[in-house]
Amino acid sequence: MTRFSAMSLFAKALGNHKTWPELWPDAQPKASYDAIIVGAGGHGLGAAYYLAKKYGITNVAVIEKGWLGGGNTGRNTTIVRSNYLYDESAHLYDHAVKLWDGLSQDLNFNVMYSKRGVMMLAHNVHDVQSFQRHIHANRLNGVDNEWLTPEQAKEYCPPLSIDPGARHPVLGAALQRRGGTARHDSVAWGYARAASALGVDIIQNCAVTGIRRGANGAIEGVETTRGFIASKKVGVSAAGNTSVVMQMAGLDFPLESYPLQALVSEPIKPVFPCVVMSNTVHAYISQSDKGELVIGAGTDQYVSYSQRGALHIVEHTLAAICEIFPMFRRMRMLRNWGGIVDVTPDRSPILGKTPVPGLYVNCGWGTGGFKATPGAGDLLAYTMARDEPHWINAPFNLDRFRNGRLIDEAAAAAVAH
Amino acid sequence: MILIHCPYCDETLPELEFAYAGEAHIARPLDPSGLSDEDWERYLFIRANPRGRHNERWRHVHGCGRFFNAVRDTVTDKFELTYKAGEPRK
Repeated sequence: MTRFSAMSLFAKALGNHKTWPELWPDAQPKASYDAIIVGAGGHGLGAAYYLAKKYGITNVAVIEKGWLGGGNTGRNTTIVRSNYLYDESAHLYDHAVKLWDGLSQDLNFNVMYSKRGVMMLAHNVHDVQSFQRHIHANRLNGVDNEWLTPEQAKEYCPPLSIDPGARHPVLGAALQRRGGTARHDSVAWGYARAASALGVDIIQNCAVTGIRRGANGAIEGVETTRGFIASKKVGVSAAGNTSVVMQMAGLDFPLESYPLQALVSEPIKPVFPCVVMSNTVHAYISQSDKGELVIGAGTDQYVSYSQRGALHIVEHTLAAICEIFPMFRRMRMLRNWGGIVDVTPDRSPILGKTPVPGLYVNCGWGTGGFKATPGAGDLLAYTMARDEPHWINAPFNLDRFRNGRLIDEAAAAAVAH
Repeated sequence: MILIHCPYCDETLPELEFAYAGEAHIARPLDPSGLSDEDWERYLFIRANPRGRHNERWRHVHGCGRFFNAVRDTVTDKFELTYKAGEPRK
């Protein structure tokens, strides 16, 4: 792997940038591996990277039915934050935020993690009380989060309208300064390049069609569109398609898959300095380094795998955006799209072992998995390498739907993740 | 936006008039106290979530207000048919 540096950039510039090698080779599937990851999104590629880097398992394949980073990794609104209410969630998401810090250096690939701050607006008394409770809970867990008055919020984000007569008046805001955005594609590419350099095979256009289990029930490998690949350890990180993959192993999962939409505007000069979220009116917005406003909408109401949603969902979000940021009323939107998110009953992920020996799962991230990418990858790798969960992901087991120890962020985080 | 046929009103109307109400034909346990933890898990949380044909409940919330069942393809979002509550799975 060519190490990227100012010197390599200078040297390649002398050759008119025509001699850059490919970032990673297009691997062909081998007959067997020590571990297989299903799904080459950020989470799956991250798991492969940490398996090779931290846990010493380098004979790993990542298999992907489409193209790398083409699922929810390439479809989300790139928000990173960790201000979740419950202890378990705070530890899980903050583990990821700690890894985001320094990820570019670790991967030698600029993932453009920008700590521009995530500000969540309070529009009514319930929001104020709930956010202040979040702030206190976060601070007890060592997660930064602070309360801003409407004037302080306006100072932090000048485009914000704090007109008290507005339809959704701003009564204050919770700000996590360590939160921000990262470049989603670079995360997938950076992990793929770094994992590949450590010996991981990344196999695209290779859909899993079956999961083979031995007489004792344990995993023997996966059937794919490119033949059988043997492995005693399989980690499934397939987002919206997790239910389908798990049914191949004979497991029914507590998941439902919904379309979640996002859209971007035409690119404009820098006007929007941070990420603003409003749970109550259901809108999230930030500006990418390319200049587009990146806007997240809500989920459609019905289960679907269509990777597109209905227009009225987007209209609802844009109405709220125009109300809170009147200066954007004449902006034109360029593209909108949908991704399929896998939602659990308690809106917390499932990350750990399954009842099938050798089969591991990382799913249920619902509408907010991007922020957890490095953490989820690391913890899935740990769980697969040791065959037991790390203490951080131990509470996010599958058994909680049987024993009742739910981590009920559904109520705690309202709709926004 | 998808169009949905209400089997009670016998009209095909925009999705905005309807509310989705989850997977259909999940029967409430007749003897709740006799249920094991596994049965409770299956009843409360486990869902088919198929890629393809899905039996699901809808409610004509801005019309007759009644619940009915539908079969929809979850890949194309096309409705195959809708039928009245109480009719067997189709």
